[in-house]
Amino acid sequence: MKLLIDLFLSFFQIGLLSFGGGYAAMPLIKEQVVELHGWLSMSGFADIITIAEMTPGPVAINCATFVGIQVAGIPGAVIATLGCIAPSCLIVTALAWVYYKYKGLDTVKAVLASIRPAIIAMIASAGLSLLELSVRPEGSFLCEGLPVNIVAVIVFALAFLAGKKFKASPISVIAGSGVLTLLIYLVFV
Amino acid sequence: MNNKKLLTLFLATLKISAFTFGGGFVIIPLLRRKFVEELKWIDEEEMLDLTAIAQSSPGAVAVNASILVGYRVAGLTGAVVSVLGTVIPPLFIISVISLFYQAFRDNKYVNIVMAGMLCGVAAVILDVVISMIGVLFKAKSAGGKVITVDRVISAVMLTGAFVAGRYLKINIIFIILFCGFFGLAQHFYKKAKEKKKL
Repeated sequence: MKLLIDLFLSFFQIGLLSFGGGYAAMPLIKEQVVELHGWLSMSGFADIITIAEMTPGPVAINCATFVGIQVAGIPGAVIATLGCIAPSCLIVTALAWVYYKYKGLDTVKAVLASIRPAIIAMIASAGLSLLELSVRPEGSFLCEGLPVNIVAVIVFALAFLAGKKFKASPISVIAGSGVLTLLIYLVFV
Repeated sequence: MNNKKLLTLFLATLKISAFTFGGGFVIIPLLRRKFVEELKWIDEEEMLDLTAIAQSSPGAVAVNASILVGYRVAGLTGAVVSVLGTVIPPLFIISVISLFYQAFRDNKYVNIVMAGMLCGVAAVILDVVISMIGVLFKAKSAGGKVITVDRVISAVMLTGAFVAGRYLKINIIFIILFCGFFGLAQHFYKKAKEKKKL
């Protein structure tokens, strides 16, 4: 029982103190999970970060599930995940209430309007970072000696076209890109 | 009817969460496509405001964004439903993977599919960014004039925020705060000017 409470409180702190998404949460997770409680070794921590990046879902939630299950089975996974999202639920719901109450005010409208271009810029930057990551030639196939991962470039171009021109749904674009890359590998390598 | 709405909300967030590879912002384009373009439950500008709130609050951006979308669509119940939808896929997937994670991590085919999906994610995000920029400038049309003060300001802020965040590595929270204060100052300046005219 004490273990479950510890898990909840640790991940509550991680959820409460991590601003700005997954990469900001990593040092916090490491402190709680590796240094403070010793639930994972450093190499276990590296493993979960790799897996968290490979699988869908927020890094913090993935870590909570992984650590919880290692330490206390399925109940541990559920409790750690709940701890991780509890601060968000409280704070964000309160902010949502404030937003819908006051968004009609002229002053609030003006502030929100000038934040919008910055938000688009942030999303653009995140997209470009992922593109850079995905076209790196390291660790891929069919591109020895090339400066970019040519397969990734082709898949990206087709995916972009499918979304833009043919209005394919994001999920089918993402899943299709995975399948196409595997097919290229199976056919050419 | 309300139950049907909640079910749609739950299934949509469940599906979206199962495909948000590569960090928090990825969920925004997916939510936008579903709730703004397809279902038309949320309008374009509102979605950007919700993104700003999600980004400025502690915790995972994807979870925050889902709470906001759920709250908008069906109040507190909606928020609970969409959080559940968002959390269940990673909870399930990681639980399964943790049983044989070494084999998963080192599997060649898994790695190839994941790398391919990352290309798809990048394509989806950049596609959405282009439509968002289009909407941003369309909203500021002023009687057929192509270049207006508002449009120039938006373009400068877009570029400035991009450079500040990406190349100068300034924390996103500070960029959002700065833009907010700029909007406030601009608002009071416009008001003072209108007063002078009267």
